[in-house]
Amino acid sequence: MAELMQFLMSGVTVGAVYALVALGFTIIYNASDVVNFAQGEFVMLGGMITVFADQAGLPLPLAALVAVASTAAIGVALNKLAIEPARGAPVASLIIITIGASIFIRGAAQVGFDKQLHRFPSISGDDPIRVLGATILPQSLWVLAGALAVFVALWLFFTRTLMGKAMLATSNNRLAAKLVGINTDWVMTLSFALSAAIGALAGVLVTPITLTSYDVGIALALKGFAAAMLGGMGNPKGALVGGILLGLIEAMTAGYISSQYKDAAAFVVILAVLFAMPQGLFGKKSTDRV
Amino acid sequence: MRTLTCTTLATLLTLGLAGPVAAEIRIGATLAETGGASFLGDPEAKTLKMLVDEANAAGGINGEEIVLIAYDDGGDPNKARTFATRLVEDDEVVAIIGGSTTGATMAIIPVVEDAGIPFISLAGAVDIIEPVKPFTFKTPHTDRMACEKIFDDMKAKGITKIGMISGTDGFGASMRNQCMSVVGDYGIEVAADESYGPQDADMTPQLTNIRGIEGLQAVLNAGFGQGPAIVTRNYAQLGIEVPLYQSHGVASKSFIELAGPAAEGVRLPAAALLIADQLPEDDPQRAVVVGYKTAFEDATGEPVSTFGGHAYDAFHILTGAIERAGSTDPQAIRDQIEATAGYIGTGGEVNMSAEDHLGLDLSAFRMLQVKDGNWVPAE
Repeated sequence: MAELMQFLMSGVTVGAVYALVALGFTIIYNASDVVNFAQGEFVMLGGMITVFADQAGLPLPLAALVAVASTAAIGVALNKLAIEPARGAPVASLIIITIGASIFIRGAAQVGFDKQLHRFPSISGDDPIRVLGATILPQSLWVLAGALAVFVALWLFFTRTLMGKAMLATSNNRLAAKLVGINTDWVMTLSFALSAAIGALAGVLVTPITLTSYDVGIALALKGFAAAMLGGMGNPKGALVGGILLGLIEAMTAGYISSQYKDAAAFVVILAVLFAMPQGLFGKKSTDRV
Repeated sequence: MRTLTCTTLATLLTLGLAGPVAAEIRIGATLAETGGASFLGDPEAKTLKMLVDEANAAGGINGEEIVLIAYDDGGDPNKARTFATRLVEDDEVVAIIGGSTTGATMAIIPVVEDAGIPFISLAGAVDIIEPVKPFTFKTPHTDRMACEKIFDDMKAKGITKIGMISGTDGFGASMRNQCMSVVGDYGIEVAADESYGPQDADMTPQLTNIRGIEGLQAVLNAGFGQGPAIVTRNYAQLGIEVPLYQSHGVASKSFIELAGPAAEGVRLPAAALLIADQLPEDDPQRAVVVGYKTAFEDATGEPVSTFGGHAYDAFHILTGAIERAGSTDPQAIRDQIEATAGYIGTGGEVNMSAEDHLGLDLSAFRMLQVKDGNWVPAE
């Protein structure tokens, strides 16, 4: 029983990290159908800028705020400098541009910051919380709370605000959105700013658990992307459930079968789900009118 | 600029004036200054540059200036091979230092063995020098030696039943295999053999299973990077009481910073460099490691690492050999590297021979433990 609980706790810890990263993919995808492969770099920037702002003497909460704000600015710059000039290009080309951007940001971070691993203190200490013989670190709960908060905010944004609906309209049909008076360029800029900010927030929250360095983005983005695909790309609920599910599958496999097969088992489940439900667990069926 | 020098040299050669003018010793290096292994290559490259400047300021080797030609292979074996070929054919170096990773080193070996150019690797795996290849040497301890040192320590403490948890990256997997192959000699039983991915964020499921073993006496974690820091934190989170052994892969101050208070009591084998300030006055290595540590930290402003120490040893073994050879003939240099005896470096005392192109024994490793947030010699 204690073992099962511990595996569950581990699954939730890792799953919350994946979910928070997966949520970052949602906004840009919803605005433009582009899967932003630089999302992991936003997570990395969130952690690294916090570390270096903290070292420069800022108090930690302020450093985190600086990290989120400057990463959002970098997101805007990415859109203005790389995505907007290629406006007419097909989605696949835009995705490839984001891959290029991720390599660029990683290289710049390697030179601009350093190549070492970093960490800053957890929000509320490192004393494990005991539940039924198992333990979980308070920071895991913060990550989980962060993921839930972002989820609720995104859900409200897309269903309750004009801006969110304008964003969905832009992704649905850019020309039509323009015709009804939506400033689609502004929507794209906003989507990059928000995605980058969410990524950076994820970076700030997960760094005490995963540690950070210039190259953590690749692995985090890969797992976050897998989680988003599992749950259904573009759906905040899917990102949340997909992330937690992925974490739980990994923890259970590592605990009960073998740690060697942990990643394989997770990807087999993803393949099986996508085979039966190509849109993911919560993805909308898309119909194209011809 | 280099083309210009080459042209000038060529002209001088035709004029028959090259002898006295081209009084320089060209040493090649290909290191992972960037990329995933840059935490190895970066201090190595900085160390080499620092040492070359130092040696030239002191008059070079036998009065000849040293020219360092360094390439950044990013840890990529393909690039390492290309650069090794370029060093041999275009740059006409007399010896090569490099190969920050085992992969890059293995790619360089065929090139230098064909060309007959002495090569000192800075990578860990025992395969580099076993079987012995005529022109290939290395300076870092092997992972098998780390295993033996750890098992020696366990045996001395009467530990007979352990759990292992290893990273699936090259370092972790290789060390796990080496440990498994020698553990039998020590009468120690490996009751659990778990693994984790190099980027994993939580290892509590694996550690929970290890904790559940009846009569568990110690846990050994083979790996480097963030994995061991997270294992150490999870270890404390789960409240496991038995001693935790880490590998030489995390022998740095930053491990303690990353793992925090959870690192308290962790034991590992490491080179003396890590405890330079704490070495007794009569320790033969003290002068060397304190000297290198001070010079490196003054020159770069960064904390010293054992990886830079490997480059320090390689450079001094090589320049010592060139000095003794009294010429820049690669064959003569090779013979003198192999004849290295009693060299005290950051890694320990080096005594090479025709059968041993590493020249270190287990005494080169010190058993350390974390106490009050610092590395101290283990009792």
